[in-house]
Amino acid sequence: MKVGVVGASGYVGGEVLRLLLNHPEAEIAAVTSRQHAGEYLHRVQPSLKGFTEMRFSELDYDRLSDGCDLVFTAVPHGTATEIVKALYDRGVKIVDLSADYRLHDPGDYGKWYGWDHPHPDYLQNAVYGVPELHREEIGRARLVACPGCMAVTSILALAPLVRAGIVDTDHIVVDSKIGSSGAGSGSGTAHAMRSGVIRPYKPARHRHTGEIEQELSAAAGEKIRVSMSPHAVDVVRGILCTNHTFFAGGEPPDERALWRLYREAYGGEGFVRLIRDKGGAYKFPDPKFLVGSNFCDIGFDVDPDNRRLIAISASDNLMKGAAGSAVQCMNVMCGFDESAGLRHTPLTPV
Amino acid sequence: MNCPECDAGLGIPDDAVTGEIVSCPDCGADYEISKEGSDVALKQAETVGEDWGE
Repeated sequence: MKVGVVGASGYVGGEVLRLLLNHPEAEIAAVTSRQHAGEYLHRVQPSLKGFTEMRFSELDYDRLSDGCDLVFTAVPHGTATEIVKALYDRGVKIVDLSADYRLHDPGDYGKWYGWDHPHPDYLQNAVYGVPELHREEIGRARLVACPGCMAVTSILALAPLVRAGIVDTDHIVVDSKIGSSGAGSGSGTAHAMRSGVIRPYKPARHRHTGEIEQELSAAAGEKIRVSMSPHAVDVVRGILCTNHTFFAGGEPPDERALWRLYREAYGGEGFVRLIRDKGGAYKFPDPKFLVGSNFCDIGFDVDPDNRRLIAISASDNLMKGAAGSAVQCMNVMCGFDESAGLRHTPLTPV
Repeated sequence: MNCPECDAGLGIPDDAVTGEIVSCPDCGADYEISKEGSDVALKQAETVGEDWGE
């Protein structure tokens, strides 16, 4: 199958290329970058040297739609609205890695992103790209909107809890830590300002909150509000979400029941691992042990004095948080083995 | 026999002997086996933990 990548000069686009170059079913037919048109890919993505002699090309909708069965769009938020529409109108399958088609309610774009969506009618065409929650819809979709990296990491930890109705849905607090690559390649965050950092950067109203509320509300069947506070930390890749919840009324489930709940949700999932080990150095999810892979690791602990259930989740923000999810969604959309091109063991130590 | 902590199957072999340590494949809890005839009992095995809160 021929695929294209629009906006392949950033970290996410580079990660999509890394995965596609080793994918058994996908052949990269076009890679675009306005800034780098004409340059060899490896001049911008040096890790790809020796794997391809392709060059970046200009964005040309007709050429993309004629030459590709599916296109990944990995451009900044707000930029994808027009690109996705143009490709959708030409009949191509699209996996969009921006936020521009993630939210179902057009009003949410004003609330979380500060702009009105120019094509609100197209939002209904997009499926939120978490196969663990929406596999059948993704399989039928022509447009998939990949989730935000911190959003998907939290959602996977919390969805089984709200679906089962065991936590108070008025008090959910997501505390996220994310590595510097989550800020993108053009954000101007120099090493001197990043090294050693533990920086709260949006303690209230972070834009991923909108996605988390959307997906958890759908899982719970009621409107859910979430409090989220992300922090930048001194790693290149990786997300750790400490999701604080409080048991709803009545006798809380015991730990074995919580294990059963998570096993029921994810026992058959290839990219979710349950981590709660009594011994060793890896007792709870830790992004250090999944870097480079498409896993989302989930664990939990219980604070009985406060009726608190802490759901802990980790992912690689460029993989399950972006490119890995995108390729997983492509596999589902196209009927490929869902793990095709993704079954990497994590790189350790990093 | 299932893990008392997380309910995963422990897969204790038939020829396990008293004093043998089994680890749960899911949650990593360690148990010391105690056998009387064909009856198998488990008790929490002693472990040394980390303490990063000093």
